[in-house]
Amino acid sequence: MSPALLALVLTLPLLGALGAVAVGRHGGPVAVAAALATLAAALWLAVRVATDGAVSIAVGHWTPPLGIRLTADGPAVLFLATTAVIMTAVVLYAVHWITGPKAGADRDGPMVHTFWALLLLLWGALNVIFVSRDLFNLYVGLELASLAAVALVGIEGRRETLAAALRYLLFALTGSLLYLLGAALLYSAHGTLDLGLLAGQLGRHPSDLLALAAMTAGLAAKTALFPFHVWLPPAHAGAPPAASAVLSALVPKASLYILLRLWFDAEPDGAGPVGPLLLGGLGAAAVLHGSLMALRQQRLKLIIAYSTVAQLGYLFLVFPLVAAAGALDPAGGDAAWRGTLFQALSHALAKAAMFLCAGLIIEAAGHDRLERLAGTARALPITLFAFGLAAISLMGLPPSGGFVAKLLLIEAAFERGAAAWALVVLLGGLLAAAYLFRPLAAAWRSPDGDAPGFAPVARRRQALPMALALAALGLGLFSAGPAELMGGLP
Amino acid sequence: MNLPIWMPYALCGAGLIGLGLYGLLARPQLLRRILAFNVMGAGIFLLFGALARRGEIAYADPVPQAMIITGIVVAVSATALALALIVAHAGAGGGEGLPSDTPGGGKRDERGDDDARDDAGHDRRIPGRDRRRNEREGAAR
Repeated sequence: MSPALLALVLTLPLLGALGAVAVGRHGGPVAVAAALATLAAALWLAVRVATDGAVSIAVGHWTPPLGIRLTADGPAVLFLATTAVIMTAVVLYAVHWITGPKAGADRDGPMVHTFWALLLLLWGALNVIFVSRDLFNLYVGLELASLAAVALVGIEGRRETLAAALRYLLFALTGSLLYLLGAALLYSAHGTLDLGLLAGQLGRHPSDLLALAAMTAGLAAKTALFPFHVWLPPAHAGAPPAASAVLSALVPKASLYILLRLWFDAEPDGAGPVGPLLLGGLGAAAVLHGSLMALRQQRLKLIIAYSTVAQLGYLFLVFPLVAAAGALDPAGGDAAWRGTLFQALSHALAKAAMFLCAGLIIEAAGHDRLERLAGTARALPITLFAFGLAAISLMGLPPSGGFVAKLLLIEAAFERGAAAWALVVLLGGLLAAAYLFRPLAAAWRSPDGDAPGFAPVARRRQALPMALALAALGLGLFSAGPAELMGGLP
Repeated sequence: MNLPIWMPYALCGAGLIGLGLYGLLARPQLLRRILAFNVMGAGIFLLFGALARRGEIAYADPVPQAMIITGIVVAVSATALALALIVAHAGAGGGEGLPSDTPGGGKRDERGDDDARDDAGHDRRIPGRDRRRNEREGAAR
């Protein structure tokens, strides 16, 4: 039963994408059906894995090293379920956005024909990445996700968005090639690409360090780690809001997920203390730089996009925190590991909520410039409340998922006697409060006499970001279940 | 000294990887960067194929060949998407390079694309004058 569920989670989005292509401009209902079915399968799979343990399929009954094994363990189903929740909200949001009266797109334009297929294709690729343990299979999933994401950035066909898509594509392609180079070197050194079989082998061969460095650099560029982040703000701010939500919340997590699997499942020894320290330092720089840039922006979507740069930075603190635990105390990295996963999941939910809020505000006001947002809170109270709840999670205030994440990271830092990393986490939280306060303050200002009106937005659409923001909050309130699924450091 | 049969191919592949990486990072023109991507990809495939021949066994390991074929398919699709985006970007009035401004941070002239600074200045554009023709010449050169 459970293997069938895993197969469904992987194939339903792809079947939906095919169906959406087949029916052309009436792809909306197909996408909604595929999304709801995949959501049900992903949640059911998560429940099964939580009760019965990890589920595994050897594709075509070929076992590694020749075949490919797909495994849904605790962290994998958490990512699958979070992706399903966000994707379903985005699909429900986009149905109205594409066909609505003030549609963001030409009703017969290329957008209506391709948006659903690309979104579902991206979903399928993300799901493959979360359950693969084979480095080459991960490469194919990564490329599929990148190509679909790049196409979503440029889907509106304006010059700025096409330039943003091209910049993103160049970073993504360079990253993929570096990753592929590393995979090729690992295969020729060890004769396998299965992460389970590579465990304990990495570091035994002279080319392993080069392979690990190339793969890490490639994946860091795809995760928009500072200073490879320059593609992210224009791409995420320029894409249509429904696409931005997915791009910002989920796509960088996929490459990060591979990086975590590579470093902690395959356990390379001989990486030395320099590599983790460098990754952590760049993560800390991303937290500070992204936050300061977010403070300077005048457009809501750019603030949210730069906030993504900052929030992704926290995810790289796991490398020095776990490396500091070292071989002396292998269990000591558990807090850092769980904190990082909590940060990845709660940021995904909160950031998707924020981009959907921004999309609704743009639909109502016609723009997202802060100085002209006065009165938005009166016109869209539910949306602004959802934005506030998502902001609570990004700042790391209790009882949100972001709070649990930061608490665990700080705990890990103090346990390791590396208080500097805890300082970065605290400072990042303060800066997040500062840059998220600006749009909220702008929206709550009362409008001047001749302020332009707002177009009405249906309540049930405003409920979508609200549901995501509540999910981010719920991740903190009910953190025991997810924490158990995350397990310790693998 | 007798070189093993795979060695020249592997070295050649490594050289192509270096050339391609340099082109991807250092060249501003989009078309050249896509070509560089393909050069680097070819280098990786060559290196991978050559390394598959290493070792005592008399035949080449077939698994890398299967992966190389998949990799080529992926690279071709990526190239197709990149070329389509470049054509659409040029059609929407963009230059042969990407604008160098980052949104919100010190906006420079929108039209001051990287390409105007390239090739020792002998290719400086006259702003606003027949950009599309310049485009074609730039691509052909």
